[in-house]
Amino acid sequence: MRFTINDKPVEAEFDPRTSLLDLLRDHLGLTGSKKGCNQGACGACTVLVDGERINSCLALAVQYQGRAITTVEGLGQTGSLHPLQQAFVEHDGFQCGYCTPGQLCSAIGMAGEAARGVPSVVTADLGDETVTLSHDELRERMSGNLCRCGAYNGIIDAITETFAADGSQKGDAGARKAA
Amino acid sequence: MSIIQDAVKTAVRFVPDRWLPGASPDPLREKHGLLGAPISRVDGPLKVAGQARFAAEVPMEGLAYATLVHSTIARGHITSLDTSKAEAAPGVVLVMTHENAPRMNAPAMFMSRPDAVGASDLPVMQNRDIHWNGEPVALVLAETQEQADHAATLVKVEYESATAVTDFQAAKLAAHHPQSILGEPPLFEIGDAEKELNEAHHRVDLVFRTPRHNHNAIELHGATVRWDGDELTVHDATQMLNGTAGTLAEIFGINPDQVHVSSPYVGGGFGGKALWNHQILAAAASRLSGRPVRIVLSRESVFRIVGGRTTTEQRVALGAERNGSLRALIHTGTVAMTEHNNCPEQFTFPARHLYASKSFRLEQSVADMDMMANTFMRAPGESVGTFALECALDELAEQMELDPIELRRRIEPEKDPTSNNPFSSRYLLQCFEQGGERFGWNRRDPKPGARREGEWLVGLGCATGTYPYHRMPGGSARIRIEADGSAVVSTAVHEMGMGTATVQAQAAAARLGLPLEKVRFDYGDTSLPKGVLAGGSTQTASISAAVIAANDELVKELIRLAGNDSPLAGLGADKLEARDEGLASVDEPGRHETYASILARAGRDHLEVEAAAPPPLEMMKYSMHSTAAQFAEVRVNSVTGEVRVCRMLGSFDCGRILNAKTATSQFRGGMIMGIGLALTEETLFDPRSGRIMNPSLAEYHVPVHMDVPEIEVMWTDIPDPHAPLGARGIGEIGITGVAAAIANAVYNATGRRVRDLPITLDKLL
Ligand code: FES
Ligand code: FES
Repeated sequence: MRFTINDKPVEAEFDPRTSLLDLLRDHLGLTGSKKGCNQGACGACTVLVDGERINSCLALAVQYQGRAITTVEGLGQTGSLHPLQQAFVEHDGFQCGYCTPGQLCSAIGMAGEAARGVPSVVTADLGDETVTLSHDELRERMSGNLCRCGAYNGIIDAITETFAADGSQKGDAGARKAA
Repeated sequence: MSIIQDAVKTAVRFVPDRWLPGASPDPLREKHGLLGAPISRVDGPLKVAGQARFAAEVPMEGLAYATLVHSTIARGHITSLDTSKAEAAPGVVLVMTHENAPRMNAPAMFMSRPDAVGASDLPVMQNRDIHWNGEPVALVLAETQEQADHAATLVKVEYESATAVTDFQAAKLAAHHPQSILGEPPLFEIGDAEKELNEAHHRVDLVFRTPRHNHNAIELHGATVRWDGDELTVHDATQMLNGTAGTLAEIFGINPDQVHVSSPYVGGGFGGKALWNHQILAAAASRLSGRPVRIVLSRESVFRIVGGRTTTEQRVALGAERNGSLRALIHTGTVAMTEHNNCPEQFTFPARHLYASKSFRLEQSVADMDMMANTFMRAPGESVGTFALECALDELAEQMELDPIELRRRIEPEKDPTSNNPFSSRYLLQCFEQGGERFGWNRRDPKPGARREGEWLVGLGCATGTYPYHRMPGGSARIRIEADGSAVVSTAVHEMGMGTATVQAQAAAARLGLPLEKVRFDYGDTSLPKGVLAGGSTQTASISAAVIAANDELVKELIRLAGNDSPLAGLGADKLEARDEGLASVDEPGRHETYASILARAGRDHLEVEAAAPPPLEMMKYSMHSTAAQFAEVRVNSVTGEVRVCRMLGSFDCGRILNAKTATSQFRGGMIMGIGLALTEETLFDPRSGRIMNPSLAEYHVPVHMDVPEIEVMWTDIPDPHAPLGARGIGEIGITGVAAAIANAVYNATGRRVRDLPITLDKLL
């Protein structure tokens, strides 16, 4: 089976019951994506598929052949961090760091949704073409990503700094995977 | 408290500070610059890049994957086991049950010896007996996780049930005093508190209930283990490295130095990342199969075999004079526990130290139940104890028509009200004054239900938070100076997100007079000098005491190596300070030599010293506690009963704050867990079957982004003269007082007192 992960072609053979998360972690050594529940409740396993965020623990790997999969490893590495990763460090948007890869991928997917005008439950005007990422919009849209350390305030500050309040993104790298 | 401990405490009280090892003020406590600075986490880039490797991610050749099968009864025994279908399933390496598990000693229970960390002393998979609903009855090992998970569903187990105690209300009838409450007597009295209560002018006498909770760190418990002959390697997610090695060694009948535990990154602990059945079973299965084993618990398995905070039922009765002083402070109650663990959720501890009262009655009992052994969870005791005590004070203040902060002013003690020891440093009232001013407390209308905005009722509440200072005995540290003058400080301690790695590097740099870039702090592995466990907000002070001891040795060695040709010649340790990458004379700033120069002249390519921390006698002479003023503003929907916390402020007195950035996060993290404690968190325990009914993150509700408002934190930053670095520890205090502040705010908004956590909307309709 053929996959595109972090812009690289990958081939793998595995049990068809394998989730995308287990494929990444157990078979491909991409352990940046985390497992916090394996049942869609925590968001730690969030990755981007063609720029959209999904819970990879709820996705069967076989369904994602030929799609562009981005994990935290594909956002940026130490020395060349994505602006959002850098903002997480500066705003202390984590403590243990275990929910962090999911928060990062989720935030990037979320910014893309807002830019496309996808409303949330707190969006006042459903007709708007883009959504302004207010404090409440951010909190609502990020609520699928749990952080037991309680780094929520720092996470929101980091996302706010990176993705300006009008929903546009700061810097090229920020837009890279969110298309 | 044992007679010996008592005698030592009494003796220590009369000893001058300078005779107490570790009790003479740390010169670093007043130093500013690096210490206290908001340095970003040194492990931050690795973590945001997904490159920090957690225990279940360590690669190993030939790994087999494990899955557990759990008992479905609470008490009784296994009558038959059929593993044939599971064994025949594709990829299965073996199925381990009590019939074929290696013989193992039972874990030594936590606190039964200095290095024992068994969460319970029950033998693990050694016989057919069942002690709780969820106890592992089989482990399936297979080539992949999918195969193990599938085969685990094929194991057939039959049981014969025995009568189990699974109803707290029934168990309470046989409640009894435990031997001690973490070294304190289960009953403590001054005067006749019931009599004083009856004669008091103002009285409240209330019952509070708190449910079970689970830590629910986002990282699932997991371990990767391997045997090489009789040497066991465990890549673990743990907050007790050396204790895990020591306890595992005894379980398997080998020496502690034959067990190597590594745990450089831990995805959240909060008391839960301890030695449970899964590491023991993984090691046993590895021994049995001859394969390295990875075990990652499912979230359900975490609920089944990792204990959480137990349930409490507490009575708080307060009697006050007209002038506001307390005549009686009664805090009593019962918690659920098992006969096989020792964790009595010390909810009466805040009342021992917080307020002056003419009389006291503090009493705790335990009700034995057949359940998963409960354990320590963030601020065990203080989190739920402050809920009851601080809500009761709010009710008393209202009855007296006093502002709740004013009431606390009137009952502020001069010295520890129960031990009579002097406080080492206490600024609770300052926390209330500064916090209250910042929060806008004076805008609170004491009349409940007075503020309405549309459907929403708005209220403010406050409460005291508190957590003791503790320093763990038995830790050591090593300092190594390299030829280029850089330093590595190391000890087997833990980084679960508290900021240990960053703060200890900052402290070491400040202590050694080095820039941060020239210092590395190594931790997270039992190959390093023996460390202390991470728990009870003790790690920072405990490590620092060991580093101070090692630094004393280092200075001695450097003086020796410097010899007579050094500008430092003739100066003793007391005349030297670390500065500008070396040592310098305290009195003559010009006399200075760098570490690199001292080593070069002595022809050394490095210098290494190691020392152990002195015993924590300062805790016996002084009453050492951190305190906090917690404030909350809530909105309660008058139609649905929904509670939203819209603003919080925590004002803390914890001694010196060592890193403003990571400390802010730690305080907020505790306060956020306090929101969960107040409003949403509850482990549902079926009193008929003893089974946990919501073993999932979908049904156990931890706070999410939307539940968390802007949270302001502030601190006094007044160094504690008797704590290393002047710091008393900050890991737990954030959660204390929060549930009470929120409950008091809910009352202020609605006029409803909810004394039964969590404050869900049904209780407000
Ligand atoms: S691991 Fe996928 S949502 Fe929790
Ligand atoms: S940083 Fe620990 S769970 Fe979010």
